[in-house]
Amino acid sequence: MPESPIAETIGQAGRIVLGKERQIRLALTCFLARGHLLIEDLPGMGKTILAHVLAKLLGLDFHRIQCTADMLPADIMGVAIYDRGSGSFQFHPGPIFSQVVLVDEINRATPKTQSALLEAMEEHQVTCEGETRLLPEPFFVIATQNPYHQIGTFPLPESQLDRFLMRIEMGYPDHSAERELLSGADRRDMLNGLPPCLQPGQLIELQRNVILVHASPALIAYVQAIAEHTRRSPDYQIGLSPRAALALLRAARAWALIDQRDIVLPEDVQAVLPAIVGHRLHAPGGNTMPSSVEMAGKLVAAVPVP
Amino acid sequence: MAARKARTPAASLDKAQQLWLLACAFLALLPAAEHVPLWLTGVAGLALAWRVILWWQGLPLPPRWLLTFLVLAGTAGVFITYRQLFGKDPGVALLVLFMVLKLLELRSTRDALTVVLLSYFLLLTHFLETQSIGFAGLSLLALIVATAAMASLARRGGTVAAHLRLSMLMLAQAAPFMLVLFLLFPRVQGPLWGMPVDAYSGMSGLSDTMSPGSIGNLSLSGEIAFRVQFDGAIPPRQALYWRGPVLRFFDGRTWHAGVPQIMPSRELPHAVSGPAIAYTLTLEPHNKPWLFALEMPGTLPANAIITSESQMLARMPIRSRLRYALLSHPEYSLGGSNSADSFKPLLQLPDGNPKTRVLMSQWRKEAGGDEALIRRLLAHFRQESFFYTLTPPLLGEHGVDEFLFGTRRGFCEHFASAFVFAMRAAGIPARVVTGYQGGEHNPVDGYFIVRQSDAHAWAEVWLPQRGWLRVDPTAAVAPNRIETGLATAVGTGEPLPFMVRADLDWLRALRFRWEALSNSWNQWVLGYTPERQRELLSRLGMIEPDWQAMTAAMGTLCGLLLLGLMAWALRKRATRDPLLRAWERLSGKLSRIGLARHAWEGPADYAHRVAAAQPVLAKPVADIAALYIALRYGRAGSREAADRLNRMIALLKVPTRT
Repeated sequence: MPESPIAETIGQAGRIVLGKERQIRLALTCFLARGHLLIEDLPGMGKTILAHVLAKLLGLDFHRIQCTADMLPADIMGVAIYDRGSGSFQFHPGPIFSQVVLVDEINRATPKTQSALLEAMEEHQVTCEGETRLLPEPFFVIATQNPYHQIGTFPLPESQLDRFLMRIEMGYPDHSAERELLSGADRRDMLNGLPPCLQPGQLIELQRNVILVHASPALIAYVQAIAEHTRRSPDYQIGLSPRAALALLRAARAWALIDQRDIVLPEDVQAVLPAIVGHRLHAPGGNTMPSSVEMAGKLVAAVPVP
Repeated sequence: MAARKARTPAASLDKAQQLWLLACAFLALLPAAEHVPLWLTGVAGLALAWRVILWWQGLPLPPRWLLTFLVLAGTAGVFITYRQLFGKDPGVALLVLFMVLKLLELRSTRDALTVVLLSYFLLLTHFLETQSIGFAGLSLLALIVATAAMASLARRGGTVAAHLRLSMLMLAQAAPFMLVLFLLFPRVQGPLWGMPVDAYSGMSGLSDTMSPGSIGNLSLSGEIAFRVQFDGAIPPRQALYWRGPVLRFFDGRTWHAGVPQIMPSRELPHAVSGPAIAYTLTLEPHNKPWLFALEMPGTLPANAIITSESQMLARMPIRSRLRYALLSHPEYSLGGSNSADSFKPLLQLPDGNPKTRVLMSQWRKEAGGDEALIRRLLAHFRQESFFYTLTPPLLGEHGVDEFLFGTRRGFCEHFASAFVFAMRAAGIPARVVTGYQGGEHNPVDGYFIVRQSDAHAWAEVWLPQRGWLRVDPTAAVAPNRIETGLATAVGTGEPLPFMVRADLDWLRALRFRWEALSNSWNQWVLGYTPERQRELLSRLGMIEPDWQAMTAAMGTLCGLLLLGLMAWALRKRATRDPLLRAWERLSGKLSRIGLARHAWEGPADYAHRVAAAQPVLAKPVADIAALYIALRYGRAGSREAADRLNRMIALLKVPTRT
């Protein structure tokens, strides 16, 4: 059986980002489901390298934006400058005009910049000087934030968090993976020699195929049961919105596609659940923050598979 | 390392489960605090507090040798306290001891189950001590918590609300069975709870002696003596003399009843006339044979006897609540036809009290007749500065002299005693009658309540031709006592029982409601005697049922209830979807080897888990799962494929567990 380009991508990425196959799969799922990804973890856990690897393997152009407090929306979107030669304003596109955009430490940017960025993510277009410009396709934003050092940051409000299809955590590598990392070659060098596994046209086709993955009535009932449970149960402050339920179903489809299936199983829903609900559900009281895995585990255990 | 690990607190019980068990144990132990020895209450309280601290801090449990020592020391303590280890009280004390010590070695689910079962049993033993409605409420709460603790053992990690919901659901399912057993279980005569050897101590009530202060002490108790339900209007308070022991003999300080003379063949010693008052009286147990009746009863309740002094008696001391219906006539005559000689003993007087004797012989000479003498003495009480008080000064050797000429402050027994003494000194046969006077109407349920604080003593004098006449010297001194009750008759600042005080209206209203509630509890739950059971069953069409018939009815009803509950449970389980039913059959089949599907488990995961646990089954179960996935989550399913799935599941051979 010939290896599919997706499986090859995962295999290649796994050689560089060691011991993080699940995160790589989730990131790909997010990408195929046309969502955007938020990675939350400490510095040095491989967030940037993951973004880089994905862009490279998928054959897409890549830009990185390091957010700072004095950054303006124009620094991201681009700016129109008067060109003396032509006698007109010339638009200079910003770093967002790129297929894969890594927004590092998004919570260091001011709310104004954040909202401009998130709007562009949502609409896939940028409006400047009254002129609307479409962003390239496919378009994938990976934002990172450091959840532990919040001084001088502007945490993303819940409404903005909702614009990210998934939120994942990298976590420390396990013992053997770290050993391999330390004894192996430099990751940047390995990155440079990486050939793309996918053509851009192939990618867009895959994205289109996501919605063709069959979700049976029983599975849709399962997704609905999960959403309804979060609304009824006293364990959650606010239940999942219909948009979140849609996101869950879309992500489950993409996950099934990565698994090379054309039907969605309850297991797919359970696999993407932590990444989908982790930033959308909150325990009441809110003084203890359960991890998204714990919270999703509890949610899975509470809803029988129909 | 292994030994250390075993000692970390309840390795297999999580913190929430431990908290449930602690709460369940606490509620079961709480009522015991009242009737186990004080040292045990202290020990149990300390052990519980210690256990809570261990729980709070997550500290290791005490070592086994310490627990062994505590068991031995505690058992020795119980033995020293009771001089034995068998019987009800030592038994309960040991249960309490073992319960708190078990909490200190709460390690496994097995220990936890022991704690829950001990809690159930301990709760049951408390009913031997008290059956009040308040305690029943507390027991219900403890039952709910104990059952919820069990639910938390079965379903780790559930929410508090979920455990409580399950617990209450289970108890609700048990309730119909409880009702059937309560109504139909053949009853025996006697209280529902209680042990034959129990001492009936601590019951208060009138005795057959009276000395200065004895009724005053009784008046400090707000306890209920009996409840009355009048069939018609409630008679005026002045007529409400509830007759109790009649006291004839005086030794200078104490009045005694002497040996009562029982009327042969339940004949009434008095003649009644005029209209009758019909009522039903529910007597609280007081461990004496007296039955109380409004003066004078025209009939006798079944099994009651009556003395020549018109005091009603039961044949046995009253040790459980007793109900009887009576007719009483305010108009009566007692002993009018007898000759004066027959009452010679009622002129008996001890030595002493010379001043009273002198005064009475002087009055005897001055007065025209017996009635004038009586009126003169009552007028003396009224006009001179006599006081009615709950806290009279103590009296010495010549009690009557000191009271009449000195202190002039007394409670009803002082007045009755002095009056009867004076009458006898003047040559008029007289005796003291004790009982209750008045009572209180509870507007909530219409019952009339007579308390120990309504205890009273009055006098009877015998006049030729007219017979025994009631004279209440207290009425002359403090008419309020008779007209409105004790609370208004004594001055402010007297140590009245809290519940009798007149000034706290809201408290009275609350008390009325509470007493009405506990009265219905007494009447309908605790008072469900064999008679009532027969009455109820005959109303349901079972005339004179024997115990076999009752048991058969009970069994039938319980069986029907069980069937109903099972049908309900099955209906909840029955799923219309044939695919899901087939899938559940697979899970049921594999549950025999401990591989039941979790409700939340997807089919592919389940197949993997089965394959990992039982490699023999890997292939067939994977095939079944693949077909199920295709049918349930795939695009198309067919009736034929569903049948194939059913066949595959039916043909699956599950190996026996090795």
